[in-house]
Amino acid sequence: MAAIFTMSIIQRALELGCIYALIAIALYISFTLLNIADLSTDGCFTLGCAVGAMVTMAGHPILAFFMAMGAGVCSGFVTAFLQTKMGVQSILAGIIVNTGLYTINLAVMGFSSNINLYGCDTLFSIAKNVSENKVYRDWYEFGIVFAVVLAVCLVLAWFLNTSLGLSIRATGDNEHMVKASSINPGRMVTVGLCISGSLTALSGAILGQYQKSCDINFGTGQVTIALASLVIGGTLIHKGGMFKRILGVVFGSCLYRFIAALALRLSLPTEAMKLVSAVIVAAAISFPYLKEKAGFIKKRSGMRKTAAGGGTGE
Amino acid sequence: MLSIRNISKTFHPGTVNEKTALKSVSLEMKSGDFATIVGSNGAGKSTLFNAITGAFYVDEGQILLGGEDITFKKEYLRSKDIGHLFQDPLLGTAPHMTIEENMALAYMRASGRHSPFGHISKKDKELFREQLSLLDMGLEDRMKNPVGLLSGGQRQALTLLMATVVTPKILLLDEHTAALDPATAEKVLELTKKIVAQRGITCLMVTHNMHQALETGNRTLMMYNGRIILDVTGKERENMTVEELLEKFKKQAGELLDNDRILLSS
Repeated sequence: MAAIFTMSIIQRALELGCIYALIAIALYISFTLLNIADLSTDGCFTLGCAVGAMVTMAGHPILAFFMAMGAGVCSGFVTAFLQTKMGVQSILAGIIVNTGLYTINLAVMGFSSNINLYGCDTLFSIAKNVSENKVYRDWYEFGIVFAVVLAVCLVLAWFLNTSLGLSIRATGDNEHMVKASSINPGRMVTVGLCISGSLTALSGAILGQYQKSCDINFGTGQVTIALASLVIGGTLIHKGGMFKRILGVVFGSCLYRFIAALALRLSLPTEAMKLVSAVIVAAAISFPYLKEKAGFIKKRSGMRKTAAGGGTGE
Repeated sequence: MLSIRNISKTFHPGTVNEKTALKSVSLEMKSGDFATIVGSNGAGKSTLFNAITGAFYVDEGQILLGGEDITFKKEYLRSKDIGHLFQDPLLGTAPHMTIEENMALAYMRASGRHSPFGHISKKDKELFREQLSLLDMGLEDRMKNPVGLLSGGQRQALTLLMATVVTPKILLLDEHTAALDPATAEKVLELTKKIVAQRGITCLMVTHNMHQALETGNRTLMMYNGRIILDVTGKERENMTVEELLEKFKKQAGELLDNDRILLSS
């Protein structure tokens, strides 16, 4: 293992895993809990990155995260508004917002497709100067992103067990029942998508500071990757309370990064990463289904053998 | 408690699928009334229920619940005062949430005292446990289990409990035992009678079982072609047999049919 994965590769996989885990958690809210395929994720991620980067450039690296989350809330609100008040189908609402966000993102970035943050204070650069210690210097980045993700997990797990959180979960689970429980499903969808948007944007803002740059294409394909993380996490941990499940999503995101790192390690060119991602996603999503199917085929052939010679066939 | 005044509803008006599901239906339910409704498929029973819950707005007429005009009140706002059980036991509960969480949702619905960020308190849990033990199904010891693991009968019993955890102004039962096996159906029905009687809940129950229609509650309604054509109560109902009920139905329905023929031929 050590031969394939050097320490720095493991570190990077963990760091990226935690940063992107926020999108996977966002999808956990919209896709798993609310049962809505929200395809505005790509645009929303870039929006967070762009807003975060601009505020960071203006010299407010911490405020940047909150501004980015605010922008994400707006994006989520528009998506929710389209589907709850304007009668747009949920998938279309996401695609429409995603398309619109491209222009908005460019506008936020001052109509340049790429900005870099070299020389600007970021959360990471501030934290780096706290100590000269080697272990600290090696791990502070992971420490920061892990702390953020852990905090998000804790707050979210708490929130999803409040009255409002329960109502949001019920909306995706049985809308029929929710209507009969004097809960306004439209409002629940709106709250859920706003939270989901804010987390996606936060992920973008952190990635911007982490990589010290923002590119208009950063978001492309994020929804697929986040979905893969979500499915991997859900396959590994599908029981237990809210906190455990959300942690499973983070775990899935880290695992995805390890698989991606392995692919790179096997000298696949970086241009091939998107294809590799798509293959991982398809594999991860089809795995539970194929597992069940394989079990059935095994059982059937066993049953056929015991019914020896009775050429019943189907 | 419930008064329905001349409500009508036509679906898909002006198209080939036009269907008048309710034809100026009127109904007065006193507080504590328990009426059963019988009628063939398409008679308008479920449509009547959906009009009361607000799944759609009626074309004409007025609906009052507890003195309040709810004709144009939104569905989710009305449901605070209305308990509604369906034939499908899966419709009333959220399968991926635990029994406790489902109960909490129902409790929040009607008590209306929970803040959006409130948690399920110890006291709430005790209340749920106490209520669940009334079902005598052992659910009080499985409060952390997802509802999806329960059987249809258990889910329907749970839904009944959730619908009545805070006494609703009216309870609507739409063939809520029809999808259960006979023994379970009997149990859920007994439970229904018990809860309704204990709390004096005003209740409307759709059934296809004529015996049930005469034995349950204090009033029997019969629907045909979007109208209530029969309303039996008191002494007349006590002495009525299923045969007499069917006889009466045929007579009333026959008259309606004749009327329709006259309308069509003229």
